[in-house]
Amino acid sequence: MEAYLDNAATTRVFPEVCDIMVKMMEEEYGNPSSRHTKGIEAERQVRQAAEKIAASLKCQAGEIIFTSGGTEANNLAFLGTVLANRRAGKHIITTQIEHPSVYEPLVFLEKQGYEVTYLPVDSRGRVSLEALSQALREDTLLVSVMYVNNEIGAVQDIARLGKAIHGYSPQILFHVDAIQAYGKYRIIPRRLGIDLMSASGHKLHGPKGTGFLYVGEGVKISPILFGGGQQRGMRSGTENVPGIAGLGEAVRLIYQGHSEKQKGLYQLKERLVQGLQEIGQEIGGVRIHGMEGLSLEETAPHIVSAGFQGIKSEVLLNELARRGVYVSSGSACSSNHPALSGTLQAVGVSEELLDSTLRFSISVDTVPEEIEYALKMVREALPTLRRFVKK
Amino acid sequence: MYQAFLVKYAEIGIKGKNRYKFENALCDQIRRRLDPLEGDFVVDKEQGRIFLEARGDFDTDEITETICRIFGVSAVCPVDVVEDKSWESVTQAAGDFLEKHYDALDFTFKVEAKRSDKQYLYTSPEICVEMGAYLLDRFPQLRVDVHKPQVRVWVEIREKAFIYSVVIPGIGGMPLGTNGKAMLLLSGGIDSPVAGYMIAKRGVYLDAVYFHAPPYTSERARQKVIDLAGQVSRYSGPIRLHIVNFTDIQMYIYEQCPHEELTIIMRRYMMRIAQKLAEENDCLGLITGESIGQVASQTMHSLAVTNEVCTIPVYRPLIGFDKQDIMNLAEKIGTYETSILPYEDCCTIFVAKHPVTKPNAKVIRHSETKLEEKIGQLLQQAFETVEVVEIDE
Repeated sequence: MEAYLDNAATTRVFPEVCDIMVKMMEEEYGNPSSRHTKGIEAERQVRQAAEKIAASLKCQAGEIIFTSGGTEANNLAFLGTVLANRRAGKHIITTQIEHPSVYEPLVFLEKQGYEVTYLPVDSRGRVSLEALSQALREDTLLVSVMYVNNEIGAVQDIARLGKAIHGYSPQILFHVDAIQAYGKYRIIPRRLGIDLMSASGHKLHGPKGTGFLYVGEGVKISPILFGGGQQRGMRSGTENVPGIAGLGEAVRLIYQGHSEKQKGLYQLKERLVQGLQEIGQEIGGVRIHGMEGLSLEETAPHIVSAGFQGIKSEVLLNELARRGVYVSSGSACSSNHPALSGTLQAVGVSEELLDSTLRFSISVDTVPEEIEYALKMVREALPTLRRFVKK
Repeated sequence: MYQAFLVKYAEIGIKGKNRYKFENALCDQIRRRLDPLEGDFVVDKEQGRIFLEARGDFDTDEITETICRIFGVSAVCPVDVVEDKSWESVTQAAGDFLEKHYDALDFTFKVEAKRSDKQYLYTSPEICVEMGAYLLDRFPQLRVDVHKPQVRVWVEIREKAFIYSVVIPGIGGMPLGTNGKAMLLLSGGIDSPVAGYMIAKRGVYLDAVYFHAPPYTSERARQKVIDLAGQVSRYSGPIRLHIVNFTDIQMYIYEQCPHEELTIIMRRYMMRIAQKLAEENDCLGLITGESIGQVASQTMHSLAVTNEVCTIPVYRPLIGFDKQDIMNLAEKIGTYETSILPYEDCCTIFVAKHPVTKPNAKVIRHSETKLEEKIGQLLQQAFETVEVVEIDE
């Protein structure tokens, strides 16, 4: 038996998505820029994908810029707005729990003379409205907040943050990194006051190497890749037609019967959290991060972060992998670095649990048997591993 | 004109009646290494050197780099072979050779000639004189220095004419397959790959053993060792890597024995296991990357205590090396970058803060008696679950 509980790292591609991608590679392989039939077919597929995404966001297809993934979308959001709005101020606001693809471009901009405010979060990983309001300034150009945190599944109240920002000044741009949220929530940027939003394909059963940046109508942004002028000049380079078609189809599928899907995820998460708590009660030393005092529905439907006292996360991860249970230590994207997680520190996880925390993440592919199996394996692994602790 | 290479070897030259075996082994290695490269090659031995002819669409630099990495090769010279032996074409070819291989033609030089075709127009001394005159005439910046020339230009007149000059130093050592096989204790660290390389360089084939301790050591640590073995095999030829699951043994020692003796007792069991695998795989000795005093388990005292469990020779080629020397060698052979990847290996987990540095054999033997109950069974289990990975470049 296997249990793949690392869906916040990446997901299995839907079979329908594979089908359409194979078709785009084998049959409709034209270049969307070509003027002949093959090119027009490909162009139509790209447009259809944009329309599928637009339908999910209730926006215009023209507000979607396809990228190579979430990282490029975030980079484009920052560098693109900065380049296009040079006189609009040099102050950017973000949070202390962002993903490196947000954090690193901002560090780069700091070196270019921009000033960045990093808002603190509470023990559940939430930004306070007061802190945001205090940080807003006349020269604030952009506020960037991640919708769902990738490590602990904290969810921000995007609508209220959007209102506060635009209440202060309609000129300030509001960017949302929705890479962990898109596909899990119905997101309608216009209603939430979102000007720019990043999403990734492979987090929602689409292919890797795909994603998009939503750029609301009227938002000024400059390209960061120059060349043949594809995508209205906003992102040059021949479109990744199979990937884009696959992304569009994945989006359509994930939002089909969406509230049922979301409910299913919460049921699985509830069982997972409950099971981990039971293990904790039975043998001690298990702590769920970022959920204290919150109802289940106030946290992301697919992420559970738990600390296991006295065991290095890497060791538990290895042991679970040996038993066919696949999880992450902290965030998969950052676990290549030996550095400890910034998010866990920011939400005040105790020192002894920082290096003892695993992330379990589910998707619509996950079945209850996987949860039960994973719990059973955690239950079995903990006592053996705890027997041998560093003297 | 076509391209050939002269492969020179050093130590083989002094072997007596066995010399042909060494030469054949070297020819075999050269053929084996050239096999995957583009081009057709003929390898022949002749008069204390090996001659390699290349035809087809080959890459000269790739060939010299490949050959220079073969143990037993002391130097490689690219040779231009001139089929038309007329003096005009030989001189022309020699001039072209210099133009091709040297950026600035303003050095001191000397012509060296050999002649096996005794019917040839000129004698060897005459070749030197005439060729020298031609080259001076064609490249006015050249100067002759017969005592300490910067460049020697060789002209050999045989059934064809051979011109060479550039000498690319090889790696040295002895051809693989001339000296048996040994079992390398390979960890993910900097030292052991270098130790394996050094012994392989003396013509020794390698097997390797890696002690894996899941879940304390990760899949990536295991892959790192496989990658390191692959890098060593670029020199040493195919390596059979034995992966031993060491967790239960290590944990048992950890439970039963004094903590500060954990590492030394572990080392003793590693040596015992390696020795058994060595014997089963026709290896005549063990190889470790130990160097006196580098860590607690490598003091003279510790080495003596570790060594006493072995009955076959243990080769420790780095024994007198400083860490920096080892690191330099690791960089040279290309294992350094992989070695420093930060994955824990089984020697670093559960290690005591103050391990014994002067263990007493009697005390250690006594501690090991605490393992009597289960160790036999655990060893048995470890041998039964050895995973073998065949590594080839």
